[in-house]
Amino acid sequence: MGKTIAEKIISEHCEKDVSAGEFVVAKVDVTMVQDGTGPLTIEEMKKINLEQAINPEKTVLFIDHASPSPRKELSNSHKVLRDFAKKTGAVLSDVGEGVCHQRLVESHVSPGEIVIGADSHTCTSGALGAFATGMGSTDVGIAIALGKTWLKVPETIKINITGKFQAGVYAKDLILHIAGMIGADGATYKALEFTGETIEKMPMADRFTLSNMAVELGAKAGLIASDETTREYLLSRGREDRFREIFADQDAVYSEIIEIDASKIVPTLSCPHTVDNTITVDKIGNVKLDQVFIGTCTNGRIEDLRVAANILKDKKKHPDVRLIVVPASREVYSQALKEGIIKTLVDAGANVLAPGCGPCVGIHAGILGDDEVCLATQNRNFQGRMGNPKGYIYLGSPATAAYSALTGYISDPREIYALHTAQRIYPNEKYIH
Amino acid sequence: MIKKGKAWKFGNNISTDHIAPGRLFHLRSNLPELAKHVLEDADPDFAKNMSHGDFVVAGKNFGLGSSREHAPKIIKIAGVNAVLAKSFARIFFRNAINIGLPLIECNTDLINQGDDLEVNLEAGIVKNLTQNIDIKITPLPEVMIKILNEGGLAKHIEKHGDFQLV
Repeated sequence: MGKTIAEKIISEHCEKDVSAGEFVVAKVDVTMVQDGTGPLTIEEMKKINLEQAINPEKTVLFIDHASPSPRKELSNSHKVLRDFAKKTGAVLSDVGEGVCHQRLVESHVSPGEIVIGADSHTCTSGALGAFATGMGSTDVGIAIALGKTWLKVPETIKINITGKFQAGVYAKDLILHIAGMIGADGATYKALEFTGETIEKMPMADRFTLSNMAVELGAKAGLIASDETTREYLLSRGREDRFREIFADQDAVYSEIIEIDASKIVPTLSCPHTVDNTITVDKIGNVKLDQVFIGTCTNGRIEDLRVAANILKDKKKHPDVRLIVVPASREVYSQALKEGIIKTLVDAGANVLAPGCGPCVGIHAGILGDDEVCLATQNRNFQGRMGNPKGYIYLGSPATAAYSALTGYISDPREIYALHTAQRIYPNEKYIH
Repeated sequence: MIKKGKAWKFGNNISTDHIAPGRLFHLRSNLPELAKHVLEDADPDFAKNMSHGDFVVAGKNFGLGSSREHAPKIIKIAGVNAVLAKSFARIFFRNAINIGLPLIECNTDLINQGDDLEVNLEAGIVKNLTQNIDIKITPLPEVMIKILNEGGLAKHIEKHGDFQLV
C-alpha cells in the first residue's frame, strides 16, 4: 500500500513503516516558539529541570507577536527568550526580523523534516514538503529538550486543483473558498495535501498562503510535494543542498479527495467572525471600511506587496481608511525598498510598520475601535482577534485589500484588471494575464 | 472520580481568542490575573458568576485557533472541572490533556444552561441530574488517558525521563 506525504515523513522519523491511525514517538528536526508561547515553554521546562535544547541550531525563538514591545510586561517576556537563547545556544530572531513562519521557510526548514512549533500557523512550512504542525508550549518544550514528540499519524484529505485563476484571483481566494466549502473543522486531526496542475505551476509564495491556512480548516498539516519550484526557492535562499524530493505514492490512501477548478474561483472573503463564513466579493454589498491591513504570515511576502503596489501606484487610499502594511520579514522589507514598493505604498497613504505580526493578534499597531470594520490579508477573523470584541474583521487577498483601500468599500479587484487600469510596473507579479 | 457542578453553556466555534484574548497578551505572564477574564469575549460575566467545580459546555470545535496553552490553563485555574463539547480543535485538545484539564466529548445538545451535572470519567458517563439523562462520553485515545492520569505531559516526562506512551 502506498503512502501519503505525512505517512512517509513520519515513518522516516520513527524508523518504522507507519500508516494513518498509528501512535508513534517521532524524532523532531526543527522546533520553535514565539514571544506569546515561549515564556510558558521555558517556565514548564524549568519546572522539570529540562532547561536545555538538544539541537540548538535548529531551535528558533521568535520575537514577532508584540514586536517592538508595547508594554513592560511583554518586554520582560522578551528578556526570558533572549536569556534562554544565550543559555542554550538556541537561535534568536529578535524584534524586526519578521514573522516566525516567514523566517522559518526563508532560513530554517527543509523538505522532509518534522517541524514542531508553538504557534498554530506552523503548518505554513508544509508548502516546502515538511511535516510542520502547531502544538502548545509544553509539547514544544519537551521537543526542544528531547528532540522528539508523540504523534498520531494523520489521515490525509487530498485537494486536487486544476485550471488557471482568472486575473485578480489568488491563492488566498482559493483557500478561503475551500474553508467555506469544508468548514472550520472540516479537516480536524487530518493532514491536507494540495495537488494538481494549479499547484504544480504555483509559485512558492502562494503555496505558503495555502499551507498557512490549513489550520483554519482544523488540519494538522497542509502539505505540498517538493518539486523544481521548491528547489529554486531553496537555491534563492542559498540552501539548494537541502532540497529533497518529497511526494506521495501514486497508490497512497486518502480519507477523501476533493476536486477544485481554479478557473471558477472568484475573489472570496471571510465575513465576521469565522474563517468559514465565506462569501464571494460580487455578493458582498456595501461594506464600508475603517482599516485595511496588508501583511502577516499569510500574505506579507514580497509577491503580495507587489500586487498591492501595482494597484496603489500613483493613487491615494480613501480618506476614511487607515491603510497598514507590514512586510513579513526584514528581507521582504529590504527587497520592497529596493523595488520602490515601499515608496509607492507610503505615497498612497500607507503606514508601513516593522516586520512582524503587526495588528493581526490584537496586541498593538492597529487595534479596532467599537463597531469598526477592517479588511485584512491575515488568516483569522475571530471575534476580538484585532484587540476589540466589538470590531468586525473581513479576510481577503492583497489585491482585494489594496483595491478596497482605494474605494473605501470592500471591492472586486477584477474590476481594475478588466479596466486595464492596474499598472504593472513591478516585475514578477504572478497571475496577471 | 465523580465530579459535580453546574453547566455553563456556550455555542459552536469558541476560539482561543474568546477564551484568552490577544488584547490581554501582557497578562500571559500572570495567569491568575488572566484567569479572571477567562472566556470573557464569549460571555463577559462568566468568570464572575461561575463557581469552583462548574463545567464549561459547548458545541462543536471548541478551542479553535491559536496554540496558546494559556487558554486551557486559565480554564483550569478558574476552577472549571472539565470542558464538555461535541468536538474539540486539535491543538487545544492536546494542550488541555497536557496540562491536566479533562475534556469530555459528548452530545452536549442534551445539556442546558444551568443544568446540574455529575461526571464519571472512569465509567464514561455524564449524568444530567436536572433532566435525568445519562450521556455517553466518547473515550479518549489511550495515549491521552496515560498523560492525563499522570498529571500531564511534563509530569510524565519528569517521571520517566522520556516518552513511555506507545
